[in-house]
Amino acid sequence: MALLTVSGLGVTIGTLSPLDDVSFEAHKGEILGLVGESGSGKSLTAMAVMGLLGRIGGRVSSGSILFDGQELVGLRDSSYRRLRGKRIALISQNPMTSLDPIVRIGAQIDQVSLLHLRLSKPAAKARSIDLMQQLRIPDAETLHRAYPHQLSGGMKQRIVIAMALAADPDLIIADEPTTALDVTIQAQIIQIMVDLVRARDLALILITHDMGVVAQACNRVVVLYAGRVAETNTTQAIFASPCHPYTASLIGCIPSRDQAEGTLLGIPGTVPGVLNYPKGCRFHPRCGDAMQVCARTVPPTTAQPTGSVACHLHEVVT
Amino acid sequence: MALRFLWGVVHTPRGGASAFVLMLVIACALFAPLIAPYGYALQNLPGSNTSPNALHWLGTDEFGRDLLSRIIHGARTSLTVAVTAISISVVVGMTFGAIAGYFGGMFDRVVTAVVDLTWSFPEILIALILIAIIGTGTESIIIAISIAYLAQFTRLTRAQVMALRQETYIEATVNLGAGHFHVIFRHLLPNAITPVIVAGMLAIGDAIILEATLGFFGLGAQPPIPSWGAMMSSGTAQIFIAPWIILFPGAAIALTVISINLFGDALIDALNIRSRLRDV
Repeated sequence: MALLTVSGLGVTIGTLSPLDDVSFEAHKGEILGLVGESGSGKSLTAMAVMGLLGRIGGRVSSGSILFDGQELVGLRDSSYRRLRGKRIALISQNPMTSLDPIVRIGAQIDQVSLLHLRLSKPAAKARSIDLMQQLRIPDAETLHRAYPHQLSGGMKQRIVIAMALAADPDLIIADEPTTALDVTIQAQIIQIMVDLVRARDLALILITHDMGVVAQACNRVVVLYAGRVAETNTTQAIFASPCHPYTASLIGCIPSRDQAEGTLLGIPGTVPGVLNYPKGCRFHPRCGDAMQVCARTVPPTTAQPTGSVACHLHEVVT
Repeated sequence: MALRFLWGVVHTPRGGASAFVLMLVIACALFAPLIAPYGYALQNLPGSNTSPNALHWLGTDEFGRDLLSRIIHGARTSLTVAVTAISISVVVGMTFGAIAGYFGGMFDRVVTAVVDLTWSFPEILIALILIAIIGTGTESIIIAISIAYLAQFTRLTRAQVMALRQETYIEATVNLGAGHFHVIFRHLLPNAITPVIVAGMLAIGDAIILEATLGFFGLGAQPPIPSWGAMMSSGTAQIFIAPWIILFPGAAIALTVISINLFGDALIDALNIRSRLRDV
């Protein structure tokens, strides 16, 4: 059974509805990639699962978020607070600014287990140092007393991951955890997370726009476009035979060795803003395979051997 | 680290000179009975209004009391009142400001309205109104001064907290399940405290002047306890016979306040927080 089942999730912010009918599942021991360009609703999905939409004045307008058998939509904030950090942890985008500059690193990791596991101070410290060592942070004892400004970006991101792990959550949502890091450090951090998922039987939702990261880490992929799910499938299937033209063009954007010199492919146009989502299939103005029907009706989600796709090209004709 | 930082401030000409004077004033306040050559209430009517001489370095007042001793004891009154009042003001103001800035909503609107209202009156007026209500005496002027300066710290803390609330690390702490209390007291206030402390230090200078003004009107410490303001007030009658009675307490006030302002200024520059203080 899936640990997290999101079905038909819609989010509204005021009169806008930047997200509608988003469905996916996250399983223990698996990494689910949430992929899409900027503005496709990836971070919004994460915020909806974390119950943080109030922060930006949004709310869940439809659908359900089922976590370990518990409905999260409509959950009171005080109950949500017991889930955050303890059962579901969020790793945010920028490690440079995710740590309080005037609190020692150790104390920041400690506070999570102090809060959720009610450990004693020495026990929390021992646990933090142990976690730091698991994340291959050298000289953990010394760094436990260091301040954030004394660390590099990659080290800071490991500390942020350690904070997320401190209370032993079941689900981790990592919102572009490597975007702010050097490419070499990126690969290390991704590898650390892959190992963690295997070792601790975690469910990880990895939000990214980097198809390389997806290929390296994810088991399954959800492709979001303009607030809707375009395609869901296993990573293998997505790369081998993308069903949705959008997925195909995303993969087409990855430079390959045997590509002609000097031509980097892109997808023409930009993601439409929430104010002017096109009618019908939201990708149709940028789609090479667009048909007349695409501009009129929203494509239904149709099942594929290992996933599903929302595209008129794959519609089952009855 | 904090010690080394203070050492650096003291090593600038401005910081060093002002720190020296301040240490002197603080020493007078702490050890007044040991430093003062005479008791502050010791009268000697035949020797009244004597000009400065070898026995009485700063002369005597209309009751023949040694001015130097009274100024040294006066430092105790002035500093006690100013420091206590501003400390209360800072603690209460930070609490109000943090809650208002963090939660917003109705509480924030009420606090902001009250702050804006009191901000439009001079501090002395607020203090006078309060003293009219609660009566004179040392405790009264401490309460009056602390309320008169409350608006300033509430406003400053609120502005700091509202800016810090948007920081990623605050959001990250909430994302990990921290409660409001933890976020406010462990993360927001420690990050907001520096400019508030410096503003508080500078406000002590203002509070000394306010205390002296209230003392001048006879509303502060009651005789024979010396306060710089009351001493100046009693000197007005003798201004043409014994000008030193009004001159020396006035000089003590000026020197103390200037030192506080210079030291505060040196701190602001060393901490590089001038812009954070300005956006109040």
